[in-house]
Amino acid sequence: MAVTPDDIARLAGLARLRLSEQECAELAPEIGVILESMRRVQEVAGDDVPLTTHAVPRTNVFRDDVVRPSLTPKEALSGAPASEDGRFRVPAILGED
Amino acid sequence: MDFEDALDQFDPALGLEVHVELNTATKMFCGCANAFGAEPNTNTCPVCLGLPGSLPNINGKAVESAIRLGLALNCQIAPYSRMARKNYFYPDMTKNFQTSQYDEPICHDGYVDVEVDGETFRVEIERAHMEEDAGKSTHAGSTGRLQGSEYSLLDYNRAGVPLIEIVTKPVIGAGAKAPQVASAYVAHLRELVKALGISEARMERGNLRCDANVSIAPKGSHALGTRTETKNVNSLRSIERAVRFEIERQADVLADGGSVVQETRHFDESSGTTSPGRPKSDADDYRYFAEPDLLPIAPSPEWIEELRATLPEPPAERRARLQEAWGFTDIDFRSIVAAGALDLVDATVAAGAKPAHARKWWVSELARRANEAGVELDALAITPAQVAGVQRLVDEGVVTDKLARDVIDGVLAGEGEPQEVVEARGLVVVSDTGALSAAVDKVIEANPDVAEKIRGGKVQAAGALIGQIMKEMKGQADAAKVRELILEKLA
Amino acid sequence: MLHTLSASELGRMIAAGETTSVEVTRVFLDRIQQYNDTLNAFLHVDREGALEVAAAVDARLAAGEQLGPLAGVPIGVKDNFCTTDQPTTCGSRMLEGWVPPYDSTVVARLREAGLVIVGKTNMDEFAMGSSTETSAFGPTRNPWDTDRIPGGSGGGSAAAVAAHLVPIALGSDTGGSIRQPAAVTGTVGIKPTYGGVSRYGVVAMASSLDQPGPCARTAEDAALLHQVIGGYDPMDATSLHLDVDGLAEAARATSLEGLRVGIVEEFTGEGFEEGVQARFDEAVALLEELGATVTRVSCPAFHYSMAAYYLIQPAELSSNLARFDGMRYGLRSGDDGTRSAEEVMSASRGDGFGKEAKRRIIIGTYALSAGYADQYYGQAQKVRTLIARDFEAAFEQCDVLISPTTTTVAFRFGERSEDPVAMYMSDLCTTPSNLAGNASASFPIGLSEGLPVGLQVIAPVGEDVRLYRVGGAIEHALEARWGGALLEQAPELKQKGA
Repeated sequence: MAVTPDDIARLAGLARLRLSEQECAELAPEIGVILESMRRVQEVAGDDVPLTTHAVPRTNVFRDDVVRPSLTPKEALSGAPASEDGRFRVPAILGED
Repeated sequence: MDFEDALDQFDPALGLEVHVELNTATKMFCGCANAFGAEPNTNTCPVCLGLPGSLPNINGKAVESAIRLGLALNCQIAPYSRMARKNYFYPDMTKNFQTSQYDEPICHDGYVDVEVDGETFRVEIERAHMEEDAGKSTHAGSTGRLQGSEYSLLDYNRAGVPLIEIVTKPVIGAGAKAPQVASAYVAHLRELVKALGISEARMERGNLRCDANVSIAPKGSHALGTRTETKNVNSLRSIERAVRFEIERQADVLADGGSVVQETRHFDESSGTTSPGRPKSDADDYRYFAEPDLLPIAPSPEWIEELRATLPEPPAERRARLQEAWGFTDIDFRSIVAAGALDLVDATVAAGAKPAHARKWWVSELARRANEAGVELDALAITPAQVAGVQRLVDEGVVTDKLARDVIDGVLAGEGEPQEVVEARGLVVVSDTGALSAAVDKVIEANPDVAEKIRGGKVQAAGALIGQIMKEMKGQADAAKVRELILEKLA
Repeated sequence: MLHTLSASELGRMIAAGETTSVEVTRVFLDRIQQYNDTLNAFLHVDREGALEVAAAVDARLAAGEQLGPLAGVPIGVKDNFCTTDQPTTCGSRMLEGWVPPYDSTVVARLREAGLVIVGKTNMDEFAMGSSTETSAFGPTRNPWDTDRIPGGSGGGSAAAVAAHLVPIALGSDTGGSIRQPAAVTGTVGIKPTYGGVSRYGVVAMASSLDQPGPCARTAEDAALLHQVIGGYDPMDATSLHLDVDGLAEAARATSLEGLRVGIVEEFTGEGFEEGVQARFDEAVALLEELGATVTRVSCPAFHYSMAAYYLIQPAELSSNLARFDGMRYGLRSGDDGTRSAEEVMSASRGDGFGKEAKRRIIIGTYALSAGYADQYYGQAQKVRTLIARDFEAAFEQCDVLISPTTTTVAFRFGERSEDPVAMYMSDLCTTPSNLAGNASASFPIGLSEGLPVGLQVIAPVGEDVRLYRVGGAIEHALEARWGGALLEQAPELKQKGA
């Protein structure tokens, strides 16, 4: 399974992860080998096998709609690299969602 | 190209995505208050801040609201549905994934019928699913605007507020009425969620947000063209304008031999135009997968039936019932619906006003004021009971119709109940015949020609004097009484 | 020699007034001070805080208050459990110095039960690894041989317990992170049934696999700790209503009469070190001596467990680790006033995560991305179904399943760190229980070339009690045979520089 440095760069973009060219070049063959050894999952389990998303299957676990105490703004912002007027201060957001 | 020309050549198709913010007490996945307007980051906790280690927990009430809405939209309720993670990075999203639903929405395949100018259009619903809202960013720095701003500030009070996203199937065949169908559909949803009591449905607060997908295809081709998605069109009027603009714009592009770019666009309220945003691209790879921290939702048929029993009267049936009860013509009744005043008129009638009076106040007087203030009708600081109270003062002859408007001003200004406003502003009609008589004498004396005409039998000329006398009395006179006095004096 | 006593004995003595929590806590703090430079088992030690808590427990006991059996006993907490009074770094630069504004449920329960949290233990970065070599703060060393790995990701907790720096510790097990370190350090490690111990406040690696659990020197100590931390928690939607009351009692078992034990065929023989296989075979004989009937069962899908695990786990962690972007907490990199939020997020993640984290984020992103999700993530989830079915069939014939915990004893530093797939093989035997949610444990069963070997015991979902019964019975039999605990055979630790 050939994974190219460009593939790694594209994936890093999706994961918003800055990687140097050298990192991409190093990771490409490693990821290729890892994926190759994980490909085995395709050998078993045909279309008739359902997916397991939860180890212990249950349904309808809900919470009552009752207000619980929030953090104080001081606690909420306690780990913030920067804050201003009770808000998290971050570099200018350029994109849009 | 103008709208008519565009419609001559092209068939428009719509796809509407409406986000409804639920009015649950708490957020979708944590016990923080779901409240509007709180101080920044006061309604936040490890869960909605996405702090490491925190885990979500589904608000059962939000599920209930979603099912009730689905039933009201004539949807199928999925016997088994899941929450899923939609993975993308954005600073107003604390986990850098949105907990939403993907291929297993809780409600699917429904429809609603909306009416435009007496014609019924069926809008088919593809799905309605649950998800969470994001926080709010404000852009600070040199210009205060996004471009060239130095930094952004984030408030996560809204992060995790429960949303239901309702997605339509392509709406085709509306032709020239497409813009109105779009706004009528959103108006219908607004009415529905209010009747269900699941959302405040205030568009100006973002409780109800609409993304409008518009495409056009050569007339009669039965094809679907490339669509644009105009984001966050947040009033009924804007929806109509945005759809109309996009139809015209796309028609221009195609007529010039160009092709429509698939992209998101922004609507500008002031110019009524849309402008390009982000192009849709292959980079939109959201890597959805079933949320492992939350268990699937599998409502039992019994539960669904229990919830069905709580549904309010369907809007169409209710409208038919009310129109008949109130005795309005189609045109008059539609004006109420179009103004978004149905509930208000209903409540005003319930508070004792005659339907015609209730309609008059809400649809003409108050709708104008709401429009001037740029708010929804029901956001005005006056209740149906107060409107009924104002009308009662008119009926009892305490104030004139004209003074009643001043009373409404007072109520809107927060001066208290109608009766209190009347007293505080001294708006009571002058019934003291002495003062009135003096004013009548004064005006007759100043207008000998008119007086002569009336004496000569031209009774209708009295109108000219009445106006002046009312002015003299600062409006605080009963016009009928004034007329009576004039005719008496000039008999 | 207070430090060699079990947690249950220490708890008893503290409650009986034979010693005090302060005295016991001081003994362990002193040992940490003495040996942590050698082992690097603790990333953070809160001496003053611990002594304050210990004094408070002593005061409550003196006032006649009835506290639980572990009140006053010191404990080490893996550094991915949120604690409001100590940093929680997950062994990553990304969270260096971060002090959470909330306690994990498990930590809150420790505090309620009067346990004394002395510090936070080292781990592979965000629990990604089998050796602690990916910790941004340096690896932990194995007390049996400081040139060797202590296992991972919970190598810090296992080494701390093995070296008697604390009597008990907390771990979290996603694919073997409690059991594999226990096996290679000669300690007891329990991965409870998924949902048995709350995950709330434990920094997630792979949400559907992560399970916090106890690390201890004896089965009974592990059981007592399990009884403190286990049980339903409304803050964790995947939490189960499981009764944990009888666990310590089960750990006092001396007979396995009537127990049906199944050897997992796929996890024996080829690929297992000779010494590991030999100790395992002896353990099988011992189980029979204790009254168990032992058969062999086949779980063919287990061959695919590793592959499925190394797709599901990176997929989930790629999403779980997305929140570390330098906006709200943690490392922010490159914010020089000219870069956008987007660029700073990317730079912070690039600088904050180590190589293994980046590797797994990329694999996970790949496994979930459009066009590949069905082949990789989807197929892996199907394999998960097959593994669960194999377990189901096996547990129709057996009460517990067994295998060696690992294929080898502790390997040397650097031996596998440059070969990810070889490193991933460390989890060969442990991943099926995570994929299917089963309760699973590792108990020491002897040495191979002077290094510990572990026995993995697997029980059905919700039957954690069986782990303790088996673990307790073999522990009592083996200690009688050895004339003491296995750890007494460990070489004496040297102080660094001494």
